Amino acid sequence: MSETVATVRGVPKKIKELDRAVIRFAGDSGDGMQLTGEQFTTESAVAGNDISTLPNFPAEIRAPAGTLFGVSSFQLQFGSQRVYTPGDRLDCLVAMNPAALKVHLRDLKPGGLLIVNTAAYDKRNLDKAGYPANPLDDPALGERYRLHKVDMSALTHEAIKDLPLNTKEKDRTKNFFALGLVSWIYTRSLEPTLDWINKKFSKRQDISAANVRVLKAGHAFGETAEIFGEHYTVEAADMPPGLYRAMTGNRALAWGLLAAAQRSTLPVVYGAYPITPASSVLEELAMHKRFRIRTIQAEDEIAAISSVIGAAFGGAIGVTGSSGPGIALKGEAIGLAVTAELPIVIFDIQRGGPSTGLPTKTEQADLMQALYGRNSESPVVVIAPATPGDCFYIAYEAVRLATKYMVPVFVLSDGFLANGSEPWLIPDVNTLPPIDVQFRTEPEGFFPYLRDPATLSRPWVRPGAPGLEHRIGGLEKQDVTGSISYDPENHDHMVRMRAEKVRRVAQEIPPTSINGPATGDLLVVGWGGTYGAITAAVERAQADGKSVAQIHLRHLNPLPPDLGHILREYRKILVPEINSGQLVRVLRAEYLVDAVGYNKVRGLPLPSEEIYESINQLLEST
Amino acid sequence: MTPPSPGAAEAPRKLTKKDFESDQDVRWCPGCGDYAILSAVQKTMPDLGLPKENIVFISGIGCSSRFPYYMNTYGFHTIHGRAPAIATGLKVARPDLKVFVVTGDGDGLSIGGNHMLHVLRRNVDVTILLFNNRIYGLTKGQYSPTSEFGKVTKSTPMGSADRPVNPLSFALGCGATFVGRTVDRDVRHMEEMLKRAAAHKGTGFLEILQNCNVYNDLAWNVMYEKETKIHHELRLEHGKPLLFGPADDRKAVIMKGVQPTVVKASAAPESALWIHDEKSVNAAKLLADLFFPDYPVPVGTLLDIEAPVYEHTMLDQEQRAISDRGPGDIAKLLTSGDTWKIE
Repeated sequence: MSETVATVRGVPKKIKELDRAVIRFAGDSGDGMQLTGEQFTTESAVAGNDISTLPNFPAEIRAPAGTLFGVSSFQLQFGSQRVYTPGDRLDCLVAMNPAALKVHLRDLKPGGLLIVNTAAYDKRNLDKAGYPANPLDDPALGERYRLHKVDMSALTHEAIKDLPLNTKEKDRTKNFFALGLVSWIYTRSLEPTLDWINKKFSKRQDISAANVRVLKAGHAFGETAEIFGEHYTVEAADMPPGLYRAMTGNRALAWGLLAAAQRSTLPVVYGAYPITPASSVLEELAMHKRFRIRTIQAEDEIAAISSVIGAAFGGAIGVTGSSGPGIALKGEAIGLAVTAELPIVIFDIQRGGPSTGLPTKTEQADLMQALYGRNSESPVVVIAPATPGDCFYIAYEAVRLATKYMVPVFVLSDGFLANGSEPWLIPDVNTLPPIDVQFRTEPEGFFPYLRDPATLSRPWVRPGAPGLEHRIGGLEKQDVTGSISYDPENHDHMVRMRAEKVRRVAQEIPPTSINGPATGDLLVVGWGGTYGAITAAVERAQADGKSVAQIHLRHLNPLPPDLGHILREYRKILVPEINSGQLVRVLRAEYLVDAVGYNKVRGLPLPSEEIYESINQLLEST
Repeated sequence: MTPPSPGAAEAPRKLTKKDFESDQDVRWCPGCGDYAILSAVQKTMPDLGLPKENIVFISGIGCSSRFPYYMNTYGFHTIHGRAPAIATGLKVARPDLKVFVVTGDGDGLSIGGNHMLHVLRRNVDVTILLFNNRIYGLTKGQYSPTSEFGKVTKSTPMGSADRPVNPLSFALGCGATFVGRTVDRDVRHMEEMLKRAAAHKGTGFLEILQNCNVYNDLAWNVMYEKETKIHHELRLEHGKPLLFGPADDRKAVIMKGVQPTVVKASAAPESALWIHDEKSVNAAKLLADLFFPDYPVPVGTLLDIEAPVYEHTMLDQEQRAISDRGPGDIAKLLTSGDTWKIE
């Protein structure tokens, strides 16, 4: 950390260099906090920082203004070194109203920056937030935090008083004031946001002009107001060279499918029923018809998966996406795809449950549902992305495995990955493995359940191929011929065959990469969206000199072939998960190892700090 | 990339019924109405003029849903009630195929009622054959959604409390573009109706009154007994008046106000006769509700109109997107919009 004095337009203010910073924008659902956070993220990305984001918003579309449950927030961490998580404790909190202050203040570090819009701290809003008195009047607040009381509403109105907008429209631009101010505090260039405003409001010049002016007013306020004595810079991170873009998990899933469609030259039929937090995959895909993506907004979850099974029968790539409650409805149909041995992909963007649960919050509690949530013996392939950008590769890999092995493939993403974003190194698509689909057209010697000796997959036949007319279905069938069979030995054989086929996917799994020593005191095993939090915690423990390593599983069924061996190289095994202990149970059952879980199910990502503490506790325990 | 459309392939040899019989043993109960339907379907298939490899039969669960196993075409016996949804996905992937959905009153109107609603309103180009025997056969004799109120079955020993749904009214209410009815014991009429339903562009919905001789024998007896049939069958013919009954007891259905009414044909002036119009949705909705004993039982085509076909609209959009902006290119997409370079 270094300190310099810079001159900004003649007003000298100190610029302090930071390694990283964690900021949270919080306000009412109608305050535009998601947009503010996304724009600040773009500004930081352009500044070359590594970034991780955490949007957090209520399930209600228009929650009553000013209430605690109507608070919406956007958190990000940006740094000059690798950033693995959106951060646990805040360096800076922007609280646009009392409810936001009440909900989020506890996460602000002592001495952290606290910026409030004083205009919103009126009697009505204070009552709604349950404050008997205005907390801004309490001297303790200013002692504990670096409190900046700014009447953003008045300053916003002042900046655009001559523009022909009504009061409501003017008031709505105040989030740009906050963005301008925070951009000044962290010395971000406004250019990306100015570009965005120009594009976004190209048809509403009046609104565009107002937003631009308010953004600049916020920036100028930081520069000139005496209350801000210093500001900060976070240098560009040392990231692998190349072209980057911001990527969210759901967009990455969608684009992974586009890549698979193009590479396989097959159309993709995506059938889905709108559900939080999966709907944006459907919406994204619907925009890309040029890739021969056909989206069906089905009448219900069952129709959604049924339609993609029909599409797969027809020789297209069938993909459905949902969240936990919808996946529960799809169970029977997934079983049909298992026995019909048709290639489909199922995206499960996990959210808090059971039942409707916490629709907009994240969770990892559908692992058992993906592995076992169907009647009878219905094995499927299960894979999980580790980061938002990884969703691109996982979606592509899901299509590749499904079509190669003629098997349903589950992708377990989650609400955190879906909406979170990271700077993503754009890959050379030519380096993706081929998706080589060969439809059978030769009638000679054809049977619907003939098996490829290497993959055990059955032939995929497009209806329309002469001489290969055949019937498949949900009834048990004789191996090879596919004729209906109730024979007990055949059924036992087919149960094993379907399991073995999924097991053979293990030959596709690369050697597990170990972050840390190949043998040691403790191994932390994770899967899915907890990758960043676990990595940060493990690397911190390693920096302390602890003998700790980490592996992160992208393949959950089948498990990597080298996993059993790796687990035995460590004295202790810790498995942090946002569920009550699901992977840990699988590992204990599969490998008879004494793995221990760290489990918190709050609807939020696991804090890295807690994982770090649990690593230390486990190391110290006997 | 678009595969050849049905009929485009060279098919010099005229197919016969035999070509459509599969090698599977038919496992319905002896005397089941399904045998007659299977035979009629196999017999009419060659008349569609399509290569048999372009024909797909999709079914759900139930006695009727075993149908695809017995057809030597492509076939998919799926899960209970979901055949319309599976067929929708298949048509979106493969608009070139001729797809039949075979279902029953339970499969299509109870567990799969929602999918039936939506396939009809979307007007997906599939032909739906709904075998209506007013009973659950495969589960051995519980009442179905078309069973009459008060029906005594194993699951309703004191009579069912459910009021029945009328498949034709349901289909019309969903916005169906082709709605017809035929009877399993009238083979010629059935063949004629199968051809008409199959020829329709959009969803062809054909109710087939079918006998379950084990659990609900003679549920449609009014249409089976020669004596009652001649008095109660109303054959619909486009452009012809609604007349029925034997020559010596000819009757007409006419409208009195907004109420269909049965009168002696001789008593109805020509101007009062109801001329059947397959293009009239309103008339079809009135016809659909007519039934024994107060009214005759209409058979034939109630409605045959044109409307946009779901998958055609979808494919048109795809073609438009491609012709306007060229085929998708993932490498271009990945580098589009806001990007930044790190050296």
